[in-house]
Amino acid sequence: MHLETIAGLLVALRGRKVSSTELVRACLTRIEAAQPKLNAFISVEAEQALAAAAAADRRLAAGDAPPLTGVPIAHKDIFCAAGSRTTCGSRMLANFVSPYDATVVERLRAAGTVTLGKTNMDEFAMGSSNETSWFGPVRNPWNPQCVPGGSSGGSAAAVAARLTPAATATDTGGSIRQPAALCGVTGIKPTYGRVSRYGMIAFASSLDQGGLITQSAQDAALLLAAMAGFDPKDSTSVDRPVPDYVAGLERPLAGVRIGLLKEFFDAGLDPAIAALIQAAIAVLEREGASVSEVSLPNLPLSVPTYYVVAPAECSSNLARFDGVRFGHRCDNPRDLTDLYCRSRAEGFGAEVKRRIMTGTYVLSAGYYDAYYLKAQKVRQLISQDFARAFDAVDVILGPTTPTVAFELGAKTSDPVTMYLNDIYTIGANLAGLPALSLPCGFATGLPVGLQLIGPHFSEERLLNVAHRYQRETDWHRRVPGEWR
Amino acid sequence: MSLGRRDIENVAHLARLALSESEVPVYADSLSRIIELVSQLERADTASVEPMSHPLPGLTQRLRADAVTEADRHELYQRNAPSLSGALYLVPRVIE
Repeated sequence: MHLETIAGLLVALRGRKVSSTELVRACLTRIEAAQPKLNAFISVEAEQALAAAAAADRRLAAGDAPPLTGVPIAHKDIFCAAGSRTTCGSRMLANFVSPYDATVVERLRAAGTVTLGKTNMDEFAMGSSNETSWFGPVRNPWNPQCVPGGSSGGSAAAVAARLTPAATATDTGGSIRQPAALCGVTGIKPTYGRVSRYGMIAFASSLDQGGLITQSAQDAALLLAAMAGFDPKDSTSVDRPVPDYVAGLERPLAGVRIGLLKEFFDAGLDPAIAALIQAAIAVLEREGASVSEVSLPNLPLSVPTYYVVAPAECSSNLARFDGVRFGHRCDNPRDLTDLYCRSRAEGFGAEVKRRIMTGTYVLSAGYYDAYYLKAQKVRQLISQDFARAFDAVDVILGPTTPTVAFELGAKTSDPVTMYLNDIYTIGANLAGLPALSLPCGFATGLPVGLQLIGPHFSEERLLNVAHRYQRETDWHRRVPGEWR
Repeated sequence: MSLGRRDIENVAHLARLALSESEVPVYADSLSRIIELVSQLERADTASVEPMSHPLPGLTQRLRADAVTEADRHELYQRNAPSLSGALYLVPRVIE
């Protein structure tokens, strides 16, 4: 059953071919066996999961079960879950037990899902390789010498190794799509404001968005339907009806205009990836889509723009960790300043400190206009580029990453080299757009991701295009040998 | 643009981060590289561009009514506190 998608599991559960208890037990066994090899989880909640599964089985028997009843999932450890340890991959929160549920956790539970545990991640979601986690790096199930990507590396690795049928994730600059691409799974970052950020530990509040890592676009549609929608507890949540994502999946692609993004096929792109993207375009053309080229002239400035805006917001958001009301506190503080400075120095890892200091620098007196204000203006230009492109096309298409998964340690010495991994994903965050990565082949034995970006609130179209592609291909069904 | 020891010590102080002697040159090097990267922004002509204030065009921050909506749950919240005296958070003495 572990190779089954959520769509398949729902049929089996409703038909009483399998119980939620059996599914959860099977997942827990696989998670336990995989933990020394992949380190994909920070916390496993076996007892609570089995209790929830037993309750789900009773509801299924009684016939009053909500749509996702009995389906096991995992949550990225950035989502607060009441009574559960929620660490955000940091020593700062290593012992933090959340007193409340994130809206995402609450909604998915109300829809009937069973939580297996919390997945590993880069510390405070800052990283592209899952090497910054206080709980150790996650390894890529396709090659354990390689990174799974980040920051949602645990969620991506767990789904790729079929430890869980799906997992929640978050994306600030590519943290859903990049690990999904590197691990050969499907990842969707919805429109900014589509999914509530309440209870999702903040990194950069104008960019952060919760989403999913799944085995297929169909599974993403099933789960997103339960997660999305207005939440009064998030002041940036958008009050707009949630379409029936599942109903839209099968629509033919005739008339859909796809724009091939010129700037994505630059010198930095691995030629093997470029060839796979071209092959994917041919599939979509056979499905009836028309393809033309689009250009976003300001897109090459997205990485520098992001590395002003995101650290600036991070330095402000992470100011709350002061060692007073919750989180790590240093021993024997001399005075209040010493308490703040040492608690933060001990609680945060090197990358988080680097981003806090970068953000502090670009916001500091004398530099604000040159960096922060300038970046917000360039962000506007990038956003306008996208808006213009979407006058001519319905979906923008390109690779998700410039290369396949790299080896652990390969990019840790220079932060800028690591930052350039997100060169194709950051644009969608800056403009608040929905984007999806799906597997489209292999280069040197490692998965390659195809990225689709759409106008605001076009998740339905992105899932539709991805689903039609997945009907014609089987890349998304490939599982690493050891984990079959 | 290169950041020196004084720049790093200053931002570390503003950010309330204690740095060890050996960390200062490491952050000076990496922050200099990051600032060099973001200096590419100078290339963009932004003369008549409004800075972006919300990721969704036309939307502004929603406000809620100034009304009490939460129950008192301080006992639950304070379970995560590193140091308490009764219902009070303990910190080092601030005023002698």
